Amino acid sequence: MKKTIHIISVLTLTATISALTLASVNNWAKPLIEENAIKAISEAIFQVQPSAKSYEKIPLDELKAFEVFDENKNSIGYAVVHQGNGFQGTIKLIFGIDKNLERITSIEILEQVETPGLGSLITEENYKNQFRSLSVNPVINLIKGKSKTADNQVKAITGATISSRAVVNIVNDAIRILRKYSKEEK
Amino acid sequence: MKKPVSLTQEYIKGLWEINPIFKQILGMCPTLAVTVSAINGLAMGLATTFVLVFSSVIISSIRKIVPSQVRIATYILIISTFVTIVDLVMKAKFPELSKALGPFIPLIVVNCIILGRAEAFASRNNVLRSFLDALGNGSGFLIALLVLGSIREMLGTRTIFGVQVLPNQFTPWMVMILPAGAFITLGLLLGFANAFTKWQEQKNKKSVLVR
Repeated sequence: MKKTIHIISVLTLTATISALTLASVNNWAKPLIEENAIKAISEAIFQVQPSAKSYEKIPLDELKAFEVFDENKNSIGYAVVHQGNGFQGTIKLIFGIDKNLERITSIEILEQVETPGLGSLITEENYKNQFRSLSVNPVINLIKGKSKTADNQVKAITGATISSRAVVNIVNDAIRILRKYSKEEK
Repeated sequence: MKKPVSLTQEYIKGLWEINPIFKQILGMCPTLAVTVSAINGLAMGLATTFVLVFSSVIISSIRKIVPSQVRIATYILIISTFVTIVDLVMKAKFPELSKALGPFIPLIVVNCIILGRAEAFASRNNVLRSFLDALGNGSGFLIALLVLGSIREMLGTRTIFGVQVLPNQFTPWMVMILPAGAFITLGLLLGFANAFTKWQEQKNKKSVLVR
């Protein structure tokens, strides 16, 4: 009996001290972590919408999207954070698009765990530059091997078709949701 | 009777004699996974050392009141507390690094080095010795990870700590930053470590014969 009480009290005491310590550390760290996340997002937004001066979150459930404004508070387009399945794991990206949802301004990959040297090339300028002022009418198409014949085409990276297609699909999906939203808005 | 070990020896032994990577072959999972670059290796080594030192000290100081039936549960509680602290601090202060190391920081909880040292050393020795032992093992782990990370980063991306060390004419060996590169490099390093140990033993044998 004495032994049992001893065991219980040691474990309870350890757990209590541990919980108290973690609670206080968390109290200190939580605002900093949130601040980091907000900073990362706003940096990314201004990167894909370089002419933007401020932004506002759009109330959408399926999508994390922001409407961006120039210095005179005129809406100039959107910045959209979206994610989907890549080759190995989730790809999370942000892209900017003009007000009429016709042309992409620029794209940045936020998170990816694609194969280094192959799929990870989606983070390189060579691939991302293809999205600069890319038309999304009616959708973005992925092409392999041949050269571009229309301005809504993106060339796949050799040896990383799945990763290249994943990025295109994520962007297309986000635009589909955004179009639905902007129709409702009007 | 166990012969007394000097305090410096308690620290030094972790660097080579019982080096967690080269001799005990413990904690292979983070070793193979995060060492794509020198900075990752360094960060992982520092985080593990921090957890190892603090949990060893605490475990050693309460070793007499913890009943043996629940000792592992108590150790894990203590270890996971420190791991969570490291995780939160890194997320708050070094978000980039925390992102690069991903789930491997929380996974320090199950790193065998830490529970291994707690069970094999800290639960049987006084606080000072446990502290030195943990610091030594942590340093040994850190050095191994740093060497592994530097080699892989150098051959895989031509850089060490982001500074270019190999000329542009050198074509990066992509395999080095893939998992296969981790196994190849670690295997070769372990081979060299074993060869060196054997060579040392033979030398000692010879010197005994001469005497």
